[in-house]
Amino acid sequence: MRLLLNKIVLLLSTVSALIGLAFLAWILFTLVGKGLSSLHFSLFLNDLIDGGLRNLIVGQFIMAGIASLIGIPLGMMAGIYLQEYGSGRYVRLIRDLSDIMMSAPSIVIGAFVYAIVVVPMHGTSGIAGSIALSIMMIPIVINTTDNMLSLVPRELREAGIALGASKYRVILDIIIKAAKVGIMTGLLLSFARIIGETAPLLFTSETSNYFSVDLTEAYPSLTVSIYALANDPTSSSRDLAWAASFILTMMVLMINLLGRYITRKKG
Amino acid sequence: MEKLFKTVSFMSATLVMILLASIFISLFNSAKPAIEEFGFGFITGKEWGVEVPIENPVSTVVATTAEKKVEVKPAENDNSLESMLGGGNDDIPMRTIFGGFIPIVGTLLSTLIAMAFALPIAMGIAVFLAEIAPKQISNVVGIAIELLAAIPSIIFGMWGLFYFAPIVQSFVGGYQVSLLTAGLVLGVMILPFMAAITRDSMRTTPDVLKESAYALGATKFEVIKDIIFPYSKAGIIGSVILALGRALGETMAVAFLIGSVFSLPSSINSPTVSIPVAMANSFGEATGMKTSALFYLAFLLFIISFAVISIAKFYFLRKDK
Repeated sequence: MRLLLNKIVLLLSTVSALIGLAFLAWILFTLVGKGLSSLHFSLFLNDLIDGGLRNLIVGQFIMAGIASLIGIPLGMMAGIYLQEYGSGRYVRLIRDLSDIMMSAPSIVIGAFVYAIVVVPMHGTSGIAGSIALSIMMIPIVINTTDNMLSLVPRELREAGIALGASKYRVILDIIIKAAKVGIMTGLLLSFARIIGETAPLLFTSETSNYFSVDLTEAYPSLTVSIYALANDPTSSSRDLAWAASFILTMMVLMINLLGRYITRKKG
Repeated sequence: MEKLFKTVSFMSATLVMILLASIFISLFNSAKPAIEEFGFGFITGKEWGVEVPIENPVSTVVATTAEKKVEVKPAENDNSLESMLGGGNDDIPMRTIFGGFIPIVGTLLSTLIAMAFALPIAMGIAVFLAEIAPKQISNVVGIAIELLAAIPSIIFGMWGLFYFAPIVQSFVGGYQVSLLTAGLVLGVMILPFMAAITRDSMRTTPDVLKESAYALGATKFEVIKDIIFPYSKAGIIGSVILALGRALGETMAVAFLIGSVFSLPSSINSPTVSIPVAMANSFGEATGMKTSALFYLAFLLFIISFAVISIAKFYFLRKDK
């Protein structure tokens, strides 16, 4: 009886894992099937106005890139503070608040940026979209930096100090270097996370049919356009949405796997 | 230089607090007109964007306090009926009322369905990864589950609408866009996240405890039930609540499927709306009081998810060493 129960539970648990894998396979097959059949090389050469995706892909990368330029230094510096400088209750408070911010609904971040950037600027813009994404990114980078620095052995810090190096030199030259691989992985994962975001961009950057380098205007976004295209009843729009989804997912998964690969190679 | 570096790092850390406080304050400020107009009655108000005549100036003042909302309600109902019948009467000054009851209920119900669907499967996956599978398989399946978690939510929404919902519909009938399909797709989306963090919690159980139980002749199931679950209970509950918080605030996976209709779902198969979806679909073209009402919803969602995540973090996932 005990052994039978054991078998049943182990079987159920294995079946759950298979269900999880089945969903992944189902989604990927759908994407590959629908995506590849609508994918043309010309999609990368034309803008949305001419039935292509070029401006959207470039726009999404530019916004995520600017978000990284804002979010990575700020997040890393904050992580360094938590691990190397601060102590006691204040560090615990910031750590907790950062964790809460990491789980805050992304649409709420969008509403916040709408209130503080879009309204004063009288319109949606690439800047607003980038800021929304950077707010999403900061707590993820803090978390990564914090965790990775905590793995660096204490002796390394002491050795650096003993050599007479000032603390910030020890941090930059020794500690960050020692934690480089882990931090790189974390940064890649956080980039993968924000580049697939839709909700914080819906009313901050919106999207645009044209190629644009002017970040003060509504800015082309791949994800926001996927939402618009998928809701469009014409089949050509839907095909384009599937092609865009395929490209987006492949980008996200590639960046993810790259991050994991770096860790594996080193670790 | 040392001092500068330290100051910059301190300020970056403090930025987190400033950002959270500014989110709170700016959402509240933007929601203020709606908060003043509808008060707490907003939470139970079932009308969204319904025009009612202002019969006298007093009633608008009365409506600002939550306690008096009961008095106002019958009058509104009378007048909305009247205004429907007498459609073209332009002389009466009108005001538009907004209530958040429908999106709030839609958010809670879709999350509930998602949790009911995802919880057992996620527990199964976590047990499989932490205890059953050989290391190699556990690693590969673990990466696959984490990749599933990395897929952007908009992809879940599209796949859900075009592939998953028709199948659900063929089994249970009703609409393709409904509370049920939205909840299930939401469940599929939080499944890998919940499984991954639950697995991590289970893995904190010391091997010594497990080995002692095995040595006493316990079966794998007994070890899971009597050793691992009790030991990592707090972590598991925390993980589940964290997944719940994520489901509450999820926009895109739900936006494709819930129907975005401001009506209470008469059954599990009917379309409705959730807070994030109401914002996603109406925010762009909203003006005036409607924008403010949407901010009110955003503010409520922020507070709910803040509370849920805080409970998970402070009560169950305390990392104090």
